[in-house]
Amino acid sequence: MSILGAIKLRARRRRAHWRAFRKRRELAVVQDRTRKMAGDAVILLSTLRNEKIRLPFFLRYYRDLGVEHFLLVDNDSDDGSREYLAAQPDVSLWSAKASYKGSRFGVDWLTWLQRRYCHGHWCLTVDVDEFFVYPFCETRPLRALTDWLDASEVRSFAAMMLDMYPKGSIHAHPYQEGQNPFEIAQWFDSGNYTIHRNGGYGNLWIQGGPRARVFFGDNPEMAPALNKVPLVKWHRSYAYVSSTHMLLPRGLNLVYDEAGGEKASGCLLHAKFLDTFADKAAEEMARGQHYGASTEYRAYQESLAKHPDMWCKFSEKYINWRQLEILGLMSKGNWA
Amino acid sequence: MSVGFVMLCHTALDRAAEVARHWAERDCPVVIHVDARVKAPAYDGLVRALGDLGNVRFSGRYACEWGTWGIVAATQEASSVMLKAFPEVRHVYLASGSCLPLRPVEELVAYLDSRPRVDFIESVTTQDVGWTVGGLNVERFTLRFPFSWRKHRALFDGYVRLQRRVGFRRRVPSGLVPHLGSQWWCLTRRTLSAILDNPERGEIDRYFRKVWIPDESYFQTMVRKFSTSVESRSLTLSKFDYQGKPHIFYDDHLQLLRRSDCFVARKMWPQADKLYDTFLLGKGAGQVAAEPNPGKIDRLFSKAVERRTKGRTGLYMQSRFPNKQWGHGRTAAPYSVFEGFSEVFENFEAWLGKVAGTRAHGHLFAPDRVEFAGGETVFSGALSDSAALRDYAPKNFLSNLIWNTRGERQCFQFGPNDVQDCSEMLAGDPNAQISVISGAWSIPLFHSNQNFGDIRREAARLQKIESDHLAILRSHNAKARIRIWTLAEFVENPMEPLQSIVDEISPRSLRRLTEAPTLTDLKGFGQFLQNLRNQGMQPVLMGDFPAGETVPTALRRGRPYLVK
Repeated sequence: MSILGAIKLRARRRRAHWRAFRKRRELAVVQDRTRKMAGDAVILLSTLRNEKIRLPFFLRYYRDLGVEHFLLVDNDSDDGSREYLAAQPDVSLWSAKASYKGSRFGVDWLTWLQRRYCHGHWCLTVDVDEFFVYPFCETRPLRALTDWLDASEVRSFAAMMLDMYPKGSIHAHPYQEGQNPFEIAQWFDSGNYTIHRNGGYGNLWIQGGPRARVFFGDNPEMAPALNKVPLVKWHRSYAYVSSTHMLLPRGLNLVYDEAGGEKASGCLLHAKFLDTFADKAAEEMARGQHYGASTEYRAYQESLAKHPDMWCKFSEKYINWRQLEILGLMSKGNWA
Repeated sequence: MSVGFVMLCHTALDRAAEVARHWAERDCPVVIHVDARVKAPAYDGLVRALGDLGNVRFSGRYACEWGTWGIVAATQEASSVMLKAFPEVRHVYLASGSCLPLRPVEELVAYLDSRPRVDFIESVTTQDVGWTVGGLNVERFTLRFPFSWRKHRALFDGYVRLQRRVGFRRRVPSGLVPHLGSQWWCLTRRTLSAILDNPERGEIDRYFRKVWIPDESYFQTMVRKFSTSVESRSLTLSKFDYQGKPHIFYDDHLQLLRRSDCFVARKMWPQADKLYDTFLLGKGAGQVAAEPNPGKIDRLFSKAVERRTKGRTGLYMQSRFPNKQWGHGRTAAPYSVFEGFSEVFENFEAWLGKVAGTRAHGHLFAPDRVEFAGGETVFSGALSDSAALRDYAPKNFLSNLIWNTRGERQCFQFGPNDVQDCSEMLAGDPNAQISVISGAWSIPLFHSNQNFGDIRREAARLQKIESDHLAILRSHNAKARIRIWTLAEFVENPMEPLQSIVDEISPRSLRRLTEAPTLTDLKGFGQFLQNLRNQGMQPVLMGDFPAGETVPTALRRGRPYLVK
């Protein structure tokens, strides 16, 4: 990397911090319980809007994994999400009425919270429809993973998004509050992912899966990115650049081995394709608050009108993390 | 009572206290050394927690930074306390705060009682050591290491390089033969006291103070001088990963640890409640007098190291993305590429699938869509037949296909009409078996009903593409198993090449081909080539095809001759 390139990236990181600093005024405290946070607590951060129906299962899932504190930003919900979250004992909640797009899809708000509260903590940054799976997650809590990463002097941990979908129409089985979404969306694509290296930031750009197969068959460059680095031992000088796909400094993006070995990695099971998705797509289209002028959502809407079945006979039914590891979607690395 | 435990602790003191209590309550004296960097409240808490036990002592504290003398000093100090305070102790067992006894201590006592003179310590000469991190073994003893390996790696490496270049060597004290081995040992009072009361100890200690990682060499070397009976293995089960960090045990290792029959293991994750509860509180006396057998655990951990360093060949994913120059296999399994065969034979794919028992695809890289076997629109791993998706990342497409179908050999057709992006990858892949009948693309043109001017133009275009492709196959970078015949050569004797290809695909079913594919009709093909020449195009890739109406003998029959 040239010196000039390094200077540019540093400037970009500074800018991200500056933006976060300015956007901090958009955050209004609803419930601040950060003082109860232990010095080494594992923290989860997320931005959400009108996700009440998902929240009970979401919180339960991550509490069971061993998340000790939730730092959440509510983007102007009107379905009771805010009241529900404010009542949870391990949640600190901020509300933001400003534009989601204006804060770079929530990244600015979360960057501010990360700088403010997460220095020295392991931080898991996910959306409320993303469920983190890592090697041995049935038997070892998140703390076991972060301890091992600490001992191995690893600062960031990759988890690719794995889009889950039901068999048949997404409307056939309505999602109930508190339900495990993967009772409905049980299926995934096991081996149709493409990888490009992203020169400037050093990360891998992964696309594919059912979204590329069903919605972007003619237009693969536009298919959404699936690579994510959601788990990071935070330092106040870090900043996510584009969602959690990549971050700066760019060494944190080197979550892959180039000499043929496998580093440990996980998956984010993505419970997007439930019956709630059609409404969400319509709402997001109307708001125009999503990435790439919401082209992604436009593609969904056009296809959804035709009631597609994302399932195909080569779809895999989800069993557990070992299955994902055997299929080569994630790896234990040298964790045994 | 014959064994006493020396424990070196620096973190998770509550767990260390539990283990110390376990041993002390079973009449084994314990001497604890706590790292000087541990804060006073934590240390005081530990002292208080064990205050009710008469046979627990604490020794003077040293700072134990990894790879430095402090650890040896701490061990010497604690061992001296042990030997002085508990005269009945015959064996001293060196353990850490994250060790956990796996078998009842009575079994360890009985084991040691039947071997009263034996020192259990891994001790290997520097020439025979293969596991040292950083590649330093003899040089640990002959160079100086004033810089921390962990904190100032660049300085450390630079200073080592400088000393090598200058030719600097420290003198090893006379009478010492450097040995290396695991830090965790179990020595007899006789040997240990000889090491500690050695009149030359001052000089030797001064020397080892500047050796790198002396905790893996001080006792290992000294024991060779004083012991009468060294059993060169550690009684503590402890495995290291490729970075030299100990592997950690969790609750899900319970059965594995139980079956290992080792006396003590490290390193436990402090929050592995089930392990601590089972082994410290559980009564389950193990199988009597079984020898320690860590084989299963060895395999588990060596597999993990292999996964981290070598990985799964042919897999491209979020945490494995090999560079091209590393020369690892690019795909997961062998596969076959056929060029020109489906033009020369009728229904070649169906025949191939049947004869070789493989998956025979059509032109996977056809410009309009992916021609999966059986006309499937999706294939293994939910690969789509969309040409746009494939062409977005053709190499990924191919490596995905081969990865997804591990265990079933894939065959596909390829030709100058296809998208050529993966040419170089195919040629450079040792897993690819590429068989080419050059010039066979002209047969469909020969059969087609287009204007001759269009045919001529198309022939020139395809010949250019195939020439480029053949140049790649013939370049010195090509690693694939490549066979090239001209069309003329091939139709002269088609069965021999077919037989050798099929034998290579399914070597176990070594039998003669009984059913040959049907050759397409080539009557008048020589004249067709001549016409192309007459129009000013030079068809070269087909080889020397007789002009005029003379057709090679094999072609006159519908099917080639079979040797049975």
